[in-house]
Amino acid sequence: MSEQALEIGPSIYLRAFGGLMLRDVRVLAHTLGEFIGRTVTQPLLFVFVFAYLFPKIGQGISGGSTGVSFGTILVPGLVAVSAVFNGISTVALPLAIEFGATKEIEDRAMSPLPVWAVGAEKIVFGAIQSLLSALVVFPLVYLIPATPVDVHVHNWLLLIVVVALACLTSGALGLTLGCLVRPDQIGLMFGLLVIPLSFLGCIYYPWAALGPVRWLQILVLVNPLVYLSEGMRAALTPVLPHMATVAYLGASIAIALFLVVFGLNRFVRRVVS
Amino acid sequence: MNAIEIIGLKKIYPGSPEIRAVDGIDLEVRRGEIFGLLGPNGAGKTTTVGVCTTRTRPSAGEVRIVGIDVVKQPARVKRNIGVVTQFNTLDRACTVWENLYLHCRFFAMGAREARARTDELLKTFRLSERAGASVYALSGGMAQRLQLARAIAHRPHVLFLDEPTAGLDPQSRLALWELVNELRRSGVTVLLTTHYMEEADELCDRVAIIDHGKILVIDSPEALKRSLGVGAVVELTLDHSSEELAAQFRQLGGVSSVEAMPNGLRVFASGSDGAVPRVVEVALPYGLRNLAVTEPTLETVFIHLTGRDLRE
Repeated sequence: MSEQALEIGPSIYLRAFGGLMLRDVRVLAHTLGEFIGRTVTQPLLFVFVFAYLFPKIGQGISGGSTGVSFGTILVPGLVAVSAVFNGISTVALPLAIEFGATKEIEDRAMSPLPVWAVGAEKIVFGAIQSLLSALVVFPLVYLIPATPVDVHVHNWLLLIVVVALACLTSGALGLTLGCLVRPDQIGLMFGLLVIPLSFLGCIYYPWAALGPVRWLQILVLVNPLVYLSEGMRAALTPVLPHMATVAYLGASIAIALFLVVFGLNRFVRRVVS
Repeated sequence: MNAIEIIGLKKIYPGSPEIRAVDGIDLEVRRGEIFGLLGPNGAGKTTTVGVCTTRTRPSAGEVRIVGIDVVKQPARVKRNIGVVTQFNTLDRACTVWENLYLHCRFFAMGAREARARTDELLKTFRLSERAGASVYALSGGMAQRLQLARAIAHRPHVLFLDEPTAGLDPQSRLALWELVNELRRSGVTVLLTTHYMEEADELCDRVAIIDHGKILVIDSPEALKRSLGVGAVVELTLDHSSEELAAQFRQLGGVSSVEAMPNGLRVFASGSDGAVPRVVEVALPYGLRNLAVTEPTLETVFIHLTGRDLRE
C-alpha cells in the first residue's frame, strides 16, 4: 500500500454525494409500491369523500361564499400538504430509526464528505420525493371530483417557485424532525404535529376565509403549510382569495432557509458528539 | 510517518460529576501494525476510536491519522480510514451486494470498478452465495464479515475495529481473527479495541492496556507477559488448601506470588529453574488432586497492573 494519504477534492465530494443519492434511489425503487400507496391514500380519500361523495349524496359542504366548488379549493391545498408531509414519511421516519435504533446511518456518515453534506443529501432527496408525490397527487385531485374543478396554471413561474419551496421545506422539515425525534416518539409526532399542521394549514379553506375567526387566522400564521397552500392557490386557482404574493413568498423562503440551516445543524450534532 | 498519532488526548463530558472518558492519552501506531487497545468496558477505548474516526470532538489534545488532523480535516481523514463497530450498522434497506456496492460508490468509485470490487470482496469473505439476500437473513458472524468487507472496500490506510467480535460465537470469532490476520499482508494498519485478552494476544503486534481513560502500559503481548517475571502459572486443586501452604510456597525459590482460588491455590512461578516441580512436591501432602500449568496471559498482566479482573 502506498505511503501517501488518499486525497479528497470537489470531484470526490461530488461522486460521494452522487453515491448517497444512488443509495436513496435504489431504496425508493425497492419500495416504490409503498411510496405510491402512502402518497396517494390520504389525498385520494379526501377528494373522494369531500369532492365526489358529498356532492353526489347532497351532503352540505361547499366552497362557502366564494361560489366555487369545494374541489377547486381542495386541489392546491392537497398538492401542498402531500408535498410537505412526504418529507416526514420519507426522510424523518427512516432517519429517526437509523439514528436511534439501527445506527444504519453510520456508514453514510463515514463517507468522505463533510458531515453537513451527508445531511444536505437527505434534504435534496426528500425534496425530489416530494416533487414526485406532488406530481402523483395532482391528476388525482383534478380528475376525481364530481363537480367542476376550476384549476389552471395561471402563472408557471410562480407555480415552479412555490413547488420548489414546498419540496425544500419538506426535505428540511424531514431532516430536522428525523434528528429531533426518537423512534418511540414517532406516533406522538404524527398526533401532535402532523395532524394539527395539516388541519390548520389552510388546505381545506383559503386563509382569507378565516376572517370571521380572527384569532385563528392570526394563530395559523406560525404554520409553514399556510404559506405554501396560499402560494399554490395563487398559482393554480387565482379565482380564490389568497394572501399577497410578497407575504407568502417571503414567509415561505424564510421558513425554508431556517429549516435547512437548523436541520443541518441538528444533523451534524447527532453525528459528531 | 506514523499511521496514528495521539498526543495528550482528553475527552471530558461535562455534568456533575463530569466524566473523564479519556484522560490524557499519548499513542503512536506504526504503519502496517495491528495495534490493540485492551481494557475493561468503560475504560475509554470506544471514545478514543470515536475521536480517531472524526465522530467525537476531543476536549484537548491532537490526533493525526496518516498525518491528517482529525479536527481540521475530518472529510480527508474519512477518505483514509475504514470502521467496523460492535453494532450491526449494515443498511437494512439494501441487499448484501448493495451494501458493498453502494459503499464503494460513496467512496467515489465508478460503477464498473465498484461492481468488480464488490464481487471480489464477496468471494474473499465467503458471502457470494448471499449476494442477493437481505442483511436480515445473515447470521451474526456473516454480518460482521460483511461489515469488515465493507470497511476495507475503499482500501483505507487505517482500519478501526471497535470490539469486532463482541457477541459472536467462538467459531465466528476465530473466522474473523483469520480474516484480520490476512489483512496484515495487505499492509493496512489496524487499531483494534477489545476486552478479550485472547483476541489482543492472538492478533496484535503491540497492545496498550487502558483503564479509567489512561494508558497503563504499551508493549508487545510477549514483552508484557515477560515483564511480569512469571514463566508459569500453576493452578493447584487441593483437598486441604491453607494459608500455611501458601506461606510455604512464598518461601520457595522461583515463586513470585500466590493467590487463593475456590478449590486451591494459584502460584506464579518462574518457568526455567525447576520451580514447578518444587511447587508440586510441596503440594503433594496437602491432597493435590489436579494441577494445570499455563503460561501467563494478558489477563495476568491486567490483574497485576490494576488488581482487578478485566471483566469486573
